[in-house]
Amino acid sequence: MSVMTYREALNMALREEMQRDPRVFLIGEEIGVYDGAYKVTQGLLKEFGERRVVDTPICESGFTGLAVGAAMVGLRPVVEMMTFNFAILALDQIVNSAAKMYYMSGGQYNVPMVIRGPGGPAHQLAAQHSQSMEVYFYHVPGLKVVRPSTPPDAKGLLKSAIRDDNPVIFIEAETLYGIKGEVPDDPEFTIPLGKAEIRREGTDVTVFAYMGMLYRALEAAEELAKAGVSCEVVDPRTLRPMDIETMIGSVRKTHRAVVVEAGAGFAGMGSEIAAFVTENAFDDLDAPVERVTGANAPMPYAKNLEQAKTPSKEKIIAAIRRVCHA
Amino acid sequence: MAITKVVMPKLSEAMETGKVIKWLKEEGDRVEGGEIIAEIETDKADIELEAFGSGVLRKIVVPAGDRVPVGGLIAVIADPVDEIAGVLAGAPAPAPEPQAAPPAAAAPAPPVSPAPAPRPVAPPPPPRPMAPMPAPGPVAVPGARVKASPLAKKIAARSGVDLRLVQGSGPGGRIVRRDVEAALTTAPSPAPPPGVQPGCPASVALGVEHQDVPLSSIRAAIAKRMPLAKGPVPHFYLTSEIAMDRAWELRAQLNALEGQPKISLTDMIVKACALALTYHPGVNASFQGESIRVNYRVHMGLAVALDEGLITPVLRNCEAKSLAQIAVEGRDLVERARARRLRAPELSGATFSLSNLGMFDVEEFSAIINPPEGAILAVGAVKVVPVVEDGRIGTSRRMKVTLSCDHRVMDGAMGARFLQDLKRLLEEPLRLLV
Repeated sequence: MSVMTYREALNMALREEMQRDPRVFLIGEEIGVYDGAYKVTQGLLKEFGERRVVDTPICESGFTGLAVGAAMVGLRPVVEMMTFNFAILALDQIVNSAAKMYYMSGGQYNVPMVIRGPGGPAHQLAAQHSQSMEVYFYHVPGLKVVRPSTPPDAKGLLKSAIRDDNPVIFIEAETLYGIKGEVPDDPEFTIPLGKAEIRREGTDVTVFAYMGMLYRALEAAEELAKAGVSCEVVDPRTLRPMDIETMIGSVRKTHRAVVVEAGAGFAGMGSEIAAFVTENAFDDLDAPVERVTGANAPMPYAKNLEQAKTPSKEKIIAAIRRVCHA
Repeated sequence: MAITKVVMPKLSEAMETGKVIKWLKEEGDRVEGGEIIAEIETDKADIELEAFGSGVLRKIVVPAGDRVPVGGLIAVIADPVDEIAGVLAGAPAPAPEPQAAPPAAAAPAPPVSPAPAPRPVAPPPPPRPMAPMPAPGPVAVPGARVKASPLAKKIAARSGVDLRLVQGSGPGGRIVRRDVEAALTTAPSPAPPPGVQPGCPASVALGVEHQDVPLSSIRAAIAKRMPLAKGPVPHFYLTSEIAMDRAWELRAQLNALEGQPKISLTDMIVKACALALTYHPGVNASFQGESIRVNYRVHMGLAVALDEGLITPVLRNCEAKSLAQIAVEGRDLVERARARRLRAPELSGATFSLSNLGMFDVEEFSAIINPPEGAILAVGAVKVVPVVEDGRIGTSRRMKVTLSCDHRVMDGAMGARFLQDLKRLLEEPLRLLV
């Protein structure tokens, strides 16, 4: 175990996987000479050279398409989106090529690639750079979507994503790059995709939250504990596939659920989890599932408006109190 | 010609539903105002139902043999050309008509056209300790939709709670889990006040005149359930004094035996009740509206006082248990009740209850029956009193017990015979051992 940042844990995962498997290579904007816009790829160009750490022009659809082709012929590319908002430019390559190739080639070609980078609201990045992009990809059959919330998850899940034989969308949180945690040094440490994690045990209500919202949910749980409401906080971690056993098991125990989501709520992750819970645990529910989501508006630049749009601890507490009738 | 709605008339204050015994007219028959069209069974008597309008009996909504709430649409009289679909669709499950009705003796059906809008009378909602908004009235309306969470419905189905009798404390009056659990844990007898400290000079000295203590969930449930028990259940009370000298001695002898569980007087009373109830199963019975369920197994509700209120864990199959088993299992139940570690099934299904306030030196009292049980025994303190036996004054340990009985289930003589046997069992307590 070493204490390291989320950023360092991602870097460690990339380094270990590149050492382990010569087919793994990195491609993206500013990832080599500049060590990455967020320094996730720091030192990797020096260690692995230009053939394995490839700086590209500003052309997301071009280098993503290149990576799809490389994956089809046996390499294992890890594409960096400088921010995941830019993945919109590569959407056709991701949705129509990467996600569907295995199906459309009748199983002749699989696409073992990872597309990673930061997403979600951060600090005053405004409308175009604050989006919670996981929802876009979650809708596409053929894509797995991963959102790690802690340093050990960053390492363990990125390594599993790279070893997966199919395309994985791996969205990191800019606001979490600097948080520290204990990370196993073992180069074989991985966390399987599809396993949720109980971050805090409780008995009265299950709160689903991930990334930055996880920490707000934990703060809300801490405050509510003083008021006698016991919250179980569950981090779904990998949003596709969802972990029935942990997520539904928790709701069966607490009988209530609140989903926290940074992005706008309409047709969002909260809706999906709410439906999932209702379908699997209807007879165990003592209250309707509540969603706490970002407002249905583009992210404003102004700091106060940014805060108003994003789920706050207070909004989470209010929703929990509603479902607990407390 | 107007359309006449024929509704179930309210013929007495207590009448909630009525049954159509027989239709004297068929659909399509011509009907004149004042003509007898059906026979109705009420809680008191069978009566004839007059038509209050002329026309053709277009539709019989409630067939013979079926029961509907008072005010419910049972038929429609109209001209052959009148469109009655709206009337039929408009009144699928009418709520009880709460307005005062003419006395049953006069027996004219109340005017039925046009039908008055149903106005269920809602008693004021009980205080809710946690929720911010007051809930609407209760839902004890036959045929009305009960709003309950899926979990509440599941628990109610499993434990036999009638959700129509439960007041919801969730949003919009929805019944949620805690309401069903509270209904399950409601105890039948008068609750001793939660640990009141004798005098509180400190508070008075501080200028505190009073304090509004929020209701615990148990207290709220008791507040909700007891009027439902005391009101609709016609109670009567039978008190008997029992000489406990020999039971007292026997207990001392039993407790002097090595390796035997300690036996309390309550254990002996439970055993005696269980035996007496097997002799008189009519006391171990529930009123079910159309029938009386006589129980052959004795599931004894044991009232346990907690600070926040009374709960009643259930000791099952007492008729088949030895005194020692009753002592061990009863103590376990009571201890777990105090530790709030009872499982839900242990809080429901009693056929008879026992409430003992003897330890508080209460001489005698009357308990409230916990429906659907048909009776409850209230046990007072054992007191040494002067008695005259064979012309000599002596002393004896005496205990007064009061049986509260549901008159719908039994009459005084049945309760009295039960008490006689209970008395004999406790006065000749070796009978408890054989």
